[in-house]
Amino acid sequence: MLSLAKAAAKGHKKLNWTKHKSERRLSIKGKAYIAGIYEHPTRHAPDKSIAQLHAEVAKGALEDAGLSHKDVDGYFCAGDAQGGLWPMVDYLGLKPRHVDSTETGGCSYIIHLGHAAQAIAAGKCSIALVTLAGKPRTGVMPPRLQGAEADFETAFGATTHNAYGMCAMRHMHDYGTTSEQLAWIKVAASHHAQYNPHAMLKDVVTVEDVLNSPMISDPLHRMDCCVVSDGGGAMIVTTPEIAKSLKKPLVRLIGHGEAMKGPRGGKDLDLTYSAGVWSGPRAFEEAGVTPQDMKYASIYDSFTITVLMQLEDLGFCKKGDGGKFVADGNLISGVGKLPFNTDGGGLCSNHPVNRGGMTKILEAVRQLRGEAHPKVQVPNCDLAIAHGTGGLLGVRHAASTAILERV
Amino acid sequence: MTEAKKYPTPVGNPESQPFWDAAKDGKFMIKRCTTCGEAHFFPRAICPFCFSDKTEWEQSSGEGEIYTYSHMRKSATGPYVIAYVTLKEGPSVQTNIVDCDLTTVKIGQKVKVVWKQTDGAPLPFFTPA
Repeated sequence: MLSLAKAAAKGHKKLNWTKHKSERRLSIKGKAYIAGIYEHPTRHAPDKSIAQLHAEVAKGALEDAGLSHKDVDGYFCAGDAQGGLWPMVDYLGLKPRHVDSTETGGCSYIIHLGHAAQAIAAGKCSIALVTLAGKPRTGVMPPRLQGAEADFETAFGATTHNAYGMCAMRHMHDYGTTSEQLAWIKVAASHHAQYNPHAMLKDVVTVEDVLNSPMISDPLHRMDCCVVSDGGGAMIVTTPEIAKSLKKPLVRLIGHGEAMKGPRGGKDLDLTYSAGVWSGPRAFEEAGVTPQDMKYASIYDSFTITVLMQLEDLGFCKKGDGGKFVADGNLISGVGKLPFNTDGGGLCSNHPVNRGGMTKILEAVRQLRGEAHPKVQVPNCDLAIAHGTGGLLGVRHAASTAILERV
Repeated sequence: MTEAKKYPTPVGNPESQPFWDAAKDGKFMIKRCTTCGEAHFFPRAICPFCFSDKTEWEQSSGEGEIYTYSHMRKSATGPYVIAYVTLKEGPSVQTNIVDCDLTTVKIGQKVKVVWKQTDGAPLPFFTPA
């Protein structure tokens, strides 16, 4: 057994899987298109059921694509789907030949996009529906599922606020990042949200407004945190042939990556980077493009620090330079170099089911179609990234990156 | 008030029970792999670094320093400081910093383990050394 373990460890080092030839030959690049999108306009839905919201966003995305629900032969959902796959598939009246309920928190839907592309490329389905919906603003969310760590962590009260707060605290310690720099991320989001009629927070705010908002969990202020909203969203992923037969502008997936990170036994703990350091390069390599080629970026913004760390991890700037990168309006469309979250994002518009991955894809598709609000639309937007994390950045999390192209 | 808090009782399982048994004697146990030499926490039967099953219990000094923290200003049970403490023996552990002025907690601060009672085995918290 011991020699086997040694051999495995040695072999793992020797075989660089990310560069393995057979893996590089196989790719989802250009194999799947996003043909339909829909974001539920509601931000508060006490009068609707969770399953109903899933059905409403599914209907919306199918209508956007010009398809019927009888056309759906692949279905993807995550932990927000009431009862999981079986009840949802039955409730929606679907007859899928391919299903996937990968659950990685808020980035589940970005992972689903990649998995849908894999299934489509392999001929396992041709019209995949992905739904997200729920009502955390109306009702209390079920507790987070725990693993073997439960006895060693539950008592210490890790929440989203303080788990992300711990990342921000260490990032400030190691790199001199400031609350003012983090505040610029919220300021940029608010500039975009003023044009979104559905946004929960439409007022443009200043750096001072963020710094003067109450401290929630050091060093994160209330305005460093996203909103809590009901709602949802859905997308239709399909083959190039079917997408071209429909009427919407063509948007395709050209690169995708996924990764996970946790304390892993507590060795060399470093909370200043996310699993995006692995998912990002995988996606960019597959797409054959670089961060600097991106005209628009949807970056999961559960907190301001989430955005800053992910921008560094994805290679938009060097590790530690995120504070300088986001300052002075660099993320504001029409002002800065990298327009981000032009719908107002989770910080201002919505954060359905406390999961921001779906809405990140939806706004990226709007930008690529030229359907964003004219005040925030990026001219000639032909390359975009949608990236997110799920779980707790300071504890265990997943990350997923999608590179999208307008054809 | 931290002292008034009711902490959840560790459930335990065959893999982790030696930790909780030692905790009742005030000993903070970690696991070390005799194949690769690395210590880890929380304890596993198989080493998460080299996947060897040759892991042994080892008593930690219970001393370390704060890697990072966040002061949660409000909660149903009052304010608290969540933190990662890097033990002298290497592994970093998730915990709360307790029995001190929560506004004075700093990264790099030296801390030591302090046990808090539950209805079963006590839980390891840390306080300034």
